[in-house]
Amino acid sequence: MTLSDVQNGLAAQGYVADDRLAMALHLAQALGRPLLLEGPAGVGKTEVAKAMAAWRDTRLIRLQCYEGLDASHAIYEWNYQRQLLAIRASEAQGGASEAQLFSDEYLLKRPLLEAIGEEKPPVLLIDEIDRADEEFEAYLLEILSDFQITIPELGTIKARVRPIVILTANGTRDLSDALRRRCLYSFLDYPSRETELAILQARMPEIEGALARQIIGVVQALRKEDLEKTPGIAEMLDWSAALAGLGVNDLAQARDEVQATLVCLLKTAADYDAAPPEVMDRLIGKVA
Amino acid sequence: MQVTRFPSRASGFADRMSGFVAHLRMNGMRVGPKETAGALNALSLIDATDAGQARRALCAVLAGDAEDWRRFDDLFDSYWFNAGKQREGSAKSAHVRVQSAKPMIWQQQDKAQDDVQSGTDQPTTPDPGEGEAEGLDGRLIATRTANLSRRDLRELMDDEALNKAERAATSLACAIRDRRSRRRKQASKGPALDLRRIQRASLARGGEPIDLYRRTRPPRPMRIVALCDVSGSMTVYSRVFLAFLKGLIGSGTEADAYLFHTRLMRVTDALRDHDSLRAAGRLSLMAEGFGGGTDISGSLEQFVSGYGARALNGRTIVLILSDGYCSSDPQALGAALARIRRKARRIVWLNPLKGWENYQPIAASMQAAEPYLDAHLPANTLAALAALEPQFRKL
Repeated sequence: MTLSDVQNGLAAQGYVADDRLAMALHLAQALGRPLLLEGPAGVGKTEVAKAMAAWRDTRLIRLQCYEGLDASHAIYEWNYQRQLLAIRASEAQGGASEAQLFSDEYLLKRPLLEAIGEEKPPVLLIDEIDRADEEFEAYLLEILSDFQITIPELGTIKARVRPIVILTANGTRDLSDALRRRCLYSFLDYPSRETELAILQARMPEIEGALARQIIGVVQALRKEDLEKTPGIAEMLDWSAALAGLGVNDLAQARDEVQATLVCLLKTAADYDAAPPEVMDRLIGKVA
Repeated sequence: MQVTRFPSRASGFADRMSGFVAHLRMNGMRVGPKETAGALNALSLIDATDAGQARRALCAVLAGDAEDWRRFDDLFDSYWFNAGKQREGSAKSAHVRVQSAKPMIWQQQDKAQDDVQSGTDQPTTPDPGEGEAEGLDGRLIATRTANLSRRDLRELMDDEALNKAERAATSLACAIRDRRSRRRKQASKGPALDLRRIQRASLARGGEPIDLYRRTRPPRPMRIVALCDVSGSMTVYSRVFLAFLKGLIGSGTEADAYLFHTRLMRVTDALRDHDSLRAAGRLSLMAEGFGGGTDISGSLEQFVSGYGARALNGRTIVLILSDGYCSSDPQALGAALARIRRKARRIVWLNPLKGWENYQPIAASMQAAEPYLDAHLPANTLAALAALEPQFRKL
């Protein structure tokens, strides 16, 4: 598989990856190493994993991290209820072997163990790793470097195939160096005008060129304004969908609709106040 | 495109690559032999003769965080395209170049700065440069002596005082560090039993609570974010305040330090650097424009919209060390503080002028700022800095 395969494959799924991201994804697959993606919210970090899974036609296994996430929720746990029931049932029939109780059947697989047990390399998305505690990061180290998990009752389970691991982080806290060193790294920033236009056209081909350019122009200009929450790609797509749904063909001709649909782009009251009709007029005037 | 000139001793590509990794390491990236191997491995998988591809591949393998990622292109060019030859040379003698480019404040106090950087554990020897620095400060004082009722910070520039400033910062940081959450969280040791988990675990034992789990109140350390003004009017205080920042960073608390005058820069990593010479070099590189004008509101806005997202949370105390003399719009300062206010727990303004007799916050910017401050405290003497500790306990 070559670099252009990656780019074309993702493009077929409607995901426009720039050269650096495509290279990082290519190496992540070729070297079998996890990929750490950082960047502001809404630039498509999570979306990469979904597009990868769709392209490779494989499972996407997602582990959403949160404070207090522990091994029993991320790796595995024994299904105690079933074990107890099995003991009761077998008592009635006359004794069950203990080995049976600690078999695959009674194991509740959580995302990480699931990812390792798959036949076809799945895409394992560890989302917002910086939200998890530092102890959990330490759990991850064994899994990410050797792709194996040790279960005391069963022994060490080695991955049959290496999953494609994508970690995302938002910068809630600094990640440890140990984790960073095991990962390839790529930073996703807000896309350039051309890239964003390509994204919009890939996602919503029904929006015509002139309107698409206007939308991208306004969103890009809006990102330069002093906002609390800068609109990301997801917001841009929402807004485009809203405009398309309202049948808008030209932003300059549809001032009311623009103002009404701004809720898709601006997510705080202060930002909403920061973009009164006059400001929007100015932005639209610039791109029209 | 220039052809890469291999040094005659370089035996091959691998050698050259390890040279590149060393070049990155020298520029502050954390890379080692493992990364060299990874880089060579990665190049074997792509079309390595295409410079663009090689650049992107090496970036993915070698960069560790966002800052590395942004700097990578320049570092790559400087090594492989011999943009390099001079720059590589100058990188080695960076300190020389840095010193000549240093603004006044750093040139005079360079030696002392090194002492500050190296921390308290090194024996402080009396050094000849110190007298001159004091003399300079003395001259500055002379013009304003009339205003001073007590010994002001600017008189206390000797190492002893700097150490004191550092200690004051450390004890201050410790005062607010020891906070415990009210909630309890599972732990291997702790005063209380975690009944829920015990019951859950008892399933595995047929309902007998044999495995005991415990809960404890986890520490919820307060974070400190310190923003220190290093503009012209603050020049005389900046050394002590830098020592103060250094103390905060070194105290084991989660602390973040920034300097600002007309722009803002993060100095946490520079202050944490163990190599004191390199730290001084890094600080002075950042210090371009020291001793100039102030744009407090602009710097604070830059902080909120940039670093603030990461640095501020509900357990953060924001310390602003500034005299409030500012060339920008007071309204903007109020607005910036209001934004910080919403994200941080407390805002404390340490004002060296506040300790002066008859000080009134008449500067328009201070008046605009006051409503948003939880405390506006004096910081003109070391005693005042040390006296902050009980104040901080209350916050």
